Amino acid sequence: MAAVQDGQLNLEVEKDIKTEITNDGSGNINASSSSPGSTSSGGKSKSPAGSGEDQQTLLAVLQFLKRNKLTESVDILRREAGLSADADDSPVSESAGAGSGGVPSVGADGGDANSLLSRVSIATPVAPPATAPPKVVAASGGEDQPDVNVVLSAYSQQGDPVLYPLYYNGLKKFIESVLDCHRAELSQVFYPLFVHMYLELVYNNHENEAKQFFEKFSGDQECYYEEDLRILSSMSKKEHMKGNETMLDFRTSKFVLRISRDSYQLLKRHLQERQNNQIWNIIQEHLYIDIFDGMPRSKSQIDAMSGSLAGEGKRDANKAKVFYGLLKEPEIEVPLDDEDEEAENEEGKPKKKKPKKDSMGSKSKKQDPNAPQQTRIPLPELKDSDKLDKIMNMKEATKKIRLGPDNLPSICFYSFLNAYQGLTAVDFTDDSSLIAGGFADSTVRVWSVTPKKLRRVKSAADLSNIDKESDDVLERIMDEKTASESKILYGHSGPVYGISFSPDRNYLLSSSEDGTVRLWSLQTFTCLVGYKGHNYPVWDTQFSPYGYYFISGGHDRVARLWATDHYQPLRMFAGHLADITCTRFHPNSNYVATGSADRTIRLWDVLTGNCVRILTGHKGPIHSLAFSPNGKFMASGATDGRVLLWDVGHGLMVGELKGHTDTIYALKFSRDGEILASGSMDNTVKLWDTLKAFDDVELDDFTAATGHIHLPENSQELLLGTYMTKSTPVIHLHFTRRNLLLAAGAYNP
Amino acid sequence: MSDMSATMAEERRPKQCTVVLPTESMKAMAESIGVGQLQEESCAALSEEVSYRIKEIAQDALKFMHHGKRRKLTTSDIDHALKLKNVEPLYGFQSQEFIPFRFASGGGRELHFYEEKEVDLSDIINTPLPRVPLDVSLKAHWLSIEGVQPAIPENPPPAPKEQQKAESTEPLKVVKPGQEEEGSIQKGQGAISAEAKGKKEGLMRMKPRSTHELSVEQQLYYKEITEACVGSCEAKRAEALQSIATDPGLYQMLPRFSTFISEGVRVNVVQNNLALLIYLMRMVKALMDNPTLYLEKYLHELIPAVVTCIVSKQLCLRPDVDNHWALRDFAARLMAQSCKTFSTTTNNIQSRITKTFTKSWLDEKTQWTTRYGCIAGLSELGPDVIKTLILPRLTVEGARIKAVSEGPVVSNIDKIGADHVQSLLLKHCASVIAKTRPLPDNMEQYRADYGYLGPTLCSHVVKARAQAALQAQQVNRTTLTITQPRPTLTVSQSGIGGSGGSRSPSIIKVPSSLTLMSTRPGTPTQPSPPATKYIVMATSAGASSTQQVITLSSSSGSSVTSTVASATSTLQPLVKLESRGAGGLGGSRPLQKYIVVSLPTSASSSLESKSGMLPPSSSSTSPISLEAGMKMDRSDSPGASTQSPH
Repeated sequence: MAAVQDGQLNLEVEKDIKTEITNDGSGNINASSSSPGSTSSGGKSKSPAGSGEDQQTLLAVLQFLKRNKLTESVDILRREAGLSADADDSPVSESAGAGSGGVPSVGADGGDANSLLSRVSIATPVAPPATAPPKVVAASGGEDQPDVNVVLSAYSQQGDPVLYPLYYNGLKKFIESVLDCHRAELSQVFYPLFVHMYLELVYNNHENEAKQFFEKFSGDQECYYEEDLRILSSMSKKEHMKGNETMLDFRTSKFVLRISRDSYQLLKRHLQERQNNQIWNIIQEHLYIDIFDGMPRSKSQIDAMSGSLAGEGKRDANKAKVFYGLLKEPEIEVPLDDEDEEAENEEGKPKKKKPKKDSMGSKSKKQDPNAPQQTRIPLPELKDSDKLDKIMNMKEATKKIRLGPDNLPSICFYSFLNAYQGLTAVDFTDDSSLIAGGFADSTVRVWSVTPKKLRRVKSAADLSNIDKESDDVLERIMDEKTASESKILYGHSGPVYGISFSPDRNYLLSSSEDGTVRLWSLQTFTCLVGYKGHNYPVWDTQFSPYGYYFISGGHDRVARLWATDHYQPLRMFAGHLADITCTRFHPNSNYVATGSADRTIRLWDVLTGNCVRILTGHKGPIHSLAFSPNGKFMASGATDGRVLLWDVGHGLMVGELKGHTDTIYALKFSRDGEILASGSMDNTVKLWDTLKAFDDVELDDFTAATGHIHLPENSQELLLGTYMTKSTPVIHLHFTRRNLLLAAGAYNP
Repeated sequence: MSDMSATMAEERRPKQCTVVLPTESMKAMAESIGVGQLQEESCAALSEEVSYRIKEIAQDALKFMHHGKRRKLTTSDIDHALKLKNVEPLYGFQSQEFIPFRFASGGGRELHFYEEKEVDLSDIINTPLPRVPLDVSLKAHWLSIEGVQPAIPENPPPAPKEQQKAESTEPLKVVKPGQEEEGSIQKGQGAISAEAKGKKEGLMRMKPRSTHELSVEQQLYYKEITEACVGSCEAKRAEALQSIATDPGLYQMLPRFSTFISEGVRVNVVQNNLALLIYLMRMVKALMDNPTLYLEKYLHELIPAVVTCIVSKQLCLRPDVDNHWALRDFAARLMAQSCKTFSTTTNNIQSRITKTFTKSWLDEKTQWTTRYGCIAGLSELGPDVIKTLILPRLTVEGARIKAVSEGPVVSNIDKIGADHVQSLLLKHCASVIAKTRPLPDNMEQYRADYGYLGPTLCSHVVKARAQAALQAQQVNRTTLTITQPRPTLTVSQSGIGGSGGSRSPSIIKVPSSLTLMSTRPGTPTQPSPPATKYIVMATSAGASSTQQVITLSSSSGSSVTSTVASATSTLQPLVKLESRGAGGLGGSRPLQKYIVVSLPTSASSSLESKSGMLPPSSSSTSPISLEAGMKMDRSDSPGASTQSPH
C-alpha cells in the first residue's frame, strides 16, 4: 500500500520540480540552491520505496539540470547517485560551499553539503542518529530569499489525507500511554509534527482536510505557540505558502528537540512497529532531535526551555567558550585635589572594582581569567576627555549607594507629556546629564536635565575669529545664542525605534523605520552619517561601551556591526528566524546579544562573527536585554511579561521572574549588579533581588553539562518592590552612577 | 480599515480557522469599482485571498505597534506594514479615537461603511485655525523614595478605592495588591497589613487595630487644609477645597476630616454660625467629589451632619434676614447625591432619610424652617419622590401657607418661612406636574386638586410647558460657550413675573461653562416667560474682575448678546450688593463686590422683583461666596426646570 502510494508520489515530485523551477527561471542563485532541495527529495524518496522509481526521478532531474547547463550540479548529483550512502565528502562540500557563497559568515558550523549527506544517510531508517549526530544547521542562514519552491517541494511527499488525523491520533494515544517520565519529553514532538502535517496537507491542496486537522488538534498544542498557530491557521492555500516568512522558518530550519536517549528509543520503536512512515519521515526530514544520555527531563524543565520558533537551542550551539570577564581598566592617575578626596578615592577604588572582578582580594590589576585579551578586538584609544570622564565616574562611584533588599533605590520618573502616543525610544547618557527621545513623527529630541543648557558650536566663520590660545577655548567655541533646554534633530523619514548615546556624549545614534541608522553630532546638532544597509525597519541600535562600534538589528533578521567611520558594516550576524527586536553590547564589547521575534536570544562573537549562544525559553518576542555589570549574567524581557536570567558563561537559564502582565520594554542592572529593575507596558517598575537569584542557583557539573536546570518555583521572593505609574508605560530605565534609578515613559491620559 | 484588521488580529483561537470576509463584501467592493457581475466562485476565492492578505498585514502592523510601544493599533502601523510588503500605503486615513462605522441595509444586503463627508475647502480655509497642540515636554517626579512611593498627584493613589473598601469590609483579608510580598518596603503604609499578617499567624483571628498614624507632612497638610477651609480667605479656601476634591492620597486623613466636619457642625449649629456651617458643607461636597476616596466608612458621621444642616430649626443668628435657605438647599442636594452614590440594599440610606424627612414634615408642630428643609430634602431626591410624597400633600400644605399669609399677621419669620416653602413647592412640583399631568391646564381644576396653591401652580406649569416646547424647537440656535478656569458664578435672585410672589435669594447652580443663548429670531407673539438677566460683576482684590451675563430663561424679545457695557450703562443697576466682611468672619477678608443687575423685559416684573429682593440684600453675601469655586452640574432656573432635576 505504502509503496504504491510512494510510487505515484515520486512522479509527482518530478513534475513539481520541473514545473516550478522552469516557472521561476531566475538565474544562478536558484539553480545553486535548487540542488540541495532536489537531492534531498531524491534522497528521501529513496528510503521507503524501491530504487526503481528513484532512478527515474534522478534521471529526470539530471536531464533538467543538463538542459539548464548546470554542469556542476549534474556532477554532484551523479556522484551522489552513484555512491548513495557512503558518499565522498570533500568535493561535495566544496561545491556546496560555493553554492551558498555570498552568504555572510554565519554561526553555521557545518556547510550545506554536510547536511545533505547526513540527510541521505539518515534516510535509511536503521542509522541511529545518536551515533552519527547529523550536523544540520539552518540551511539558509543568511540568504535573504531562500527559494521557496525548492523549500516547499519537500512537502510534496504525501499520504492519504484522510489518514493524517489517524496517524496523529495514533501517536497521541501512544505517547499518552507511555510512562510518565517519558511522556513529557515525547510530547514535545506534537507541535512540530502538527505543524508539518498541516503544511503538507495545505501544500497538497487538501484544504478542507487541513482545516479539519487544524481544528481537531490545534487545541492540544501548548498555549505559548498560539501566536504561530494563528499565522498558520490563516494559511490555508498553497499559494499562501509562497512568501510567508513563518512558513519558510518552519521549512528551512529544523525544529530542535532535546530528548533523552531512552525516550527516543521508545518513540522509534513504536513508529517502526506501526510502520508509521508518514510520521517517521517528518521526524527525519524536519526535526532535529538532540539526544542526550541521562534522566528524562520533567515537564517544567521542558516548558522552561521551549517556546521559541524553532525549538530549543542545540547543546552544541552553546559549547563555545565565551570570555565574559571585563577588560582591564586603564590605569588612570586620579588627581589628588585635597586630603578628603584622596582618602575617599583610596577606599573607593577597590570598592568599585570589587563587584566587577570575581577574585579580587588585593588591588592587583591581574587579568581576569574569564576576560578576553585586551587587544582581542581593537578598541579606540582613550582621549583626554575620556580620562576626565573616567575620573568623574570614579569620584561619583565613591558616593554610590550600596543597594540591597533593605536599601532600595529611589526612582525618579521622567514623564514625557503631550507625546500623543508618539514616544518610541528613550536613552540616557551614562552620566545622566542628557535624555534623548525618539518619536513616531521621525524626530529625535535631546533634553538636558542638568542646568547646563545645550549649545551648538559656532559656525565656521565665527570659529575662525576665536583666539585659539585662550584657556577657555572650549567655552568660546560654543554659541550662547543657541542655548536651550532641548534640541530637535530632523532627518529620519519614519518612526525612530532605537536610540543610543555614545559613551563620550559627543554622538547620538538613532535607528528608524526608514531603514537607516543615523549618527548625530551633539556638538553641532546635525546629522553626520546615515548608515544604509538594512532595507527594512531597524528596530534597535546601540553603541559599544567603548564607543566607535555600534550594533543594529531590524526586520531583515540580520544584525550588523558597524564602526562609526565605515559606511558599510564590519560584521553581519545572520541566523535569527524573525525580526531582531533588540540589540545589546556585552560590557567588554567583545560580544553582542540580540533578541528576536523568533523568541530566541543569540550571542555573537564580534571578532569571529560566530553565534556562540542560542538561548531559548521565552514565549514571546524579546523586547529588552541587559547585561549585568560584571558581564557574567544577562536578563531578558519579552512580550510574555517574564524576565529570564541567563548565565552567559554556561549558556544556561538561571532564573525566571514572573510578575509583569505586559511587555517588558526596559531592563537595567544597578551599578553593582545587586538589583535588577524592569519596566513594562503594564505601567509598573519592579525591582528584583538579583544577588539572591544568582546565589540560589546551584550549578553542579551535570546541570552545567546538560543545561537542565531546576528553576526556583517562586520568583515572588525575589521581588523587592512594585511601583505603579499613572498610566505611563515604562520604556526606559537607567541607573545613575550613584545608583539612583531613572525611569522614562510617555504619559497617556 | 484599521479597526477591521485590529479586530481580526485579536481573534481568539477558537475562531481562527473560520474568519473570512463574507462574499457579499467582495461583491459590494467589486460593484464600487465598477465590476458588475462577479461570479460566486470568484467571490469566494477572492474573499479567502483577501482575508489572508489582510491578516498578514495586520500581523505586520502589530509588530509596528509593539515597537511603537503602544497598545493601540493605528493606521500608520498599517501603512508601515504595507510599505514592508512594497505596497503603496493608503493615504488619507488618520487615526482617530473612534471611527464611526455606519450601518445600512437595503435590497437584502447589509453594509457597514465609514461615512466620508464631502468637505468644502472654503469652509476649511475660512475657519480659524485650531489651537496648536502642546509641544512635548519632560517632567520629573519621584516614583519612589528609598522604596516608598510618595503620595503625590503624579503617582497613582497609594490605596485604590477597592482596597479601601476591602480594608473596611473585610479587614482580615487585607492584601495590598502587588505589595504583599515586599515586607521590606512596608514601612509606613504597609503597617496595617503587616500587622494583619502577624495576627494571622497566631491563633486568634482578631480584627487588626488599625493605627492611623499621620506623618509630619500629613499632619501639617491637615492643619493647613482645615484652617483654610474654615478661615476667612476665600482664595485659600477654594484652593483647599480643590485639593480635597482632587488629591489622591487623602484616604489616611479621611477619618480626621470626617470627625472634623461632624464636630464642627455640632458646635456651629448650637452657635448658629451660618458661615462655618456652609464651609463645612462645602468640605463634604469636596470629599464626595474626590474619586479616590471610599467614603462609605464615614457616612455615619457625615450624614447626620448634613441632615442637621437641612432641617435644623435655626441655623443663623437672624433667621429673618440671613439666607439659611441656601444652606438648606445646598445640603439637601448633597444629601440627594450621597443617597444616589451610597445607598445600597443593606444600608437603605435613601429610604431611611426619606422616612426621617416625611416624619418631621407631617408633624403639625414643625417650624417653617424645618418644614422647608424636609421638603427640599425630599424634592432633591427626584421626581418620583415628589410625585409620591409631595404632590398628595400640596393641599394640606397650601392651607397652612394660606393661614400664614392671609391670616392675621403673626411673626415676620413665619411669613418669610411660608413664602419660601411656597416657592420651593412651586418650583419642584411644577416641573413634575408639567411632565405627568395631561393637558389642559385649567386653573379651577388645579384649585380643586391642589387647593390654595392650585392657581399659582397652574401658571407655573403653563410656563414650564412653554419652556419645554421652546427648547424642543430650539434646535438650531447658535450657542456661545464661555469656558472659565473655575466656575465662580452665582446668581441669587429669580424674579418670577406674574405670580406676584417673588422668591428670595436662593443659590442657583450654574454649570462651569455658561451657555449664552442668543435666541433665534423668534416670533414675539409667542407667549414666553419674561426673561430675567443678570450681570454679575465680582471684583476681588486678587483676581481680575469678571463679568458675566446669564439668561435664566430665554427671552424672545431681546437678545443677550448685547454688550455688557451698554447694558450696565443704559440701565440703572437695580440691585447692588456690597459685602464688607460681614458677620464674624474677620476683617481681613479682601473686599469683594457683587453687583447684581437685573434686566427685566417688562418694567412691572422688574419692580416686583426689586421689591422682593431688597430686604435680604443687605446681608446675603454668604450664599454668593458659598457658591464660588464650587463645581456646578446643572442649571436651575425656573424656566429651564423642565429638565428633570436629576
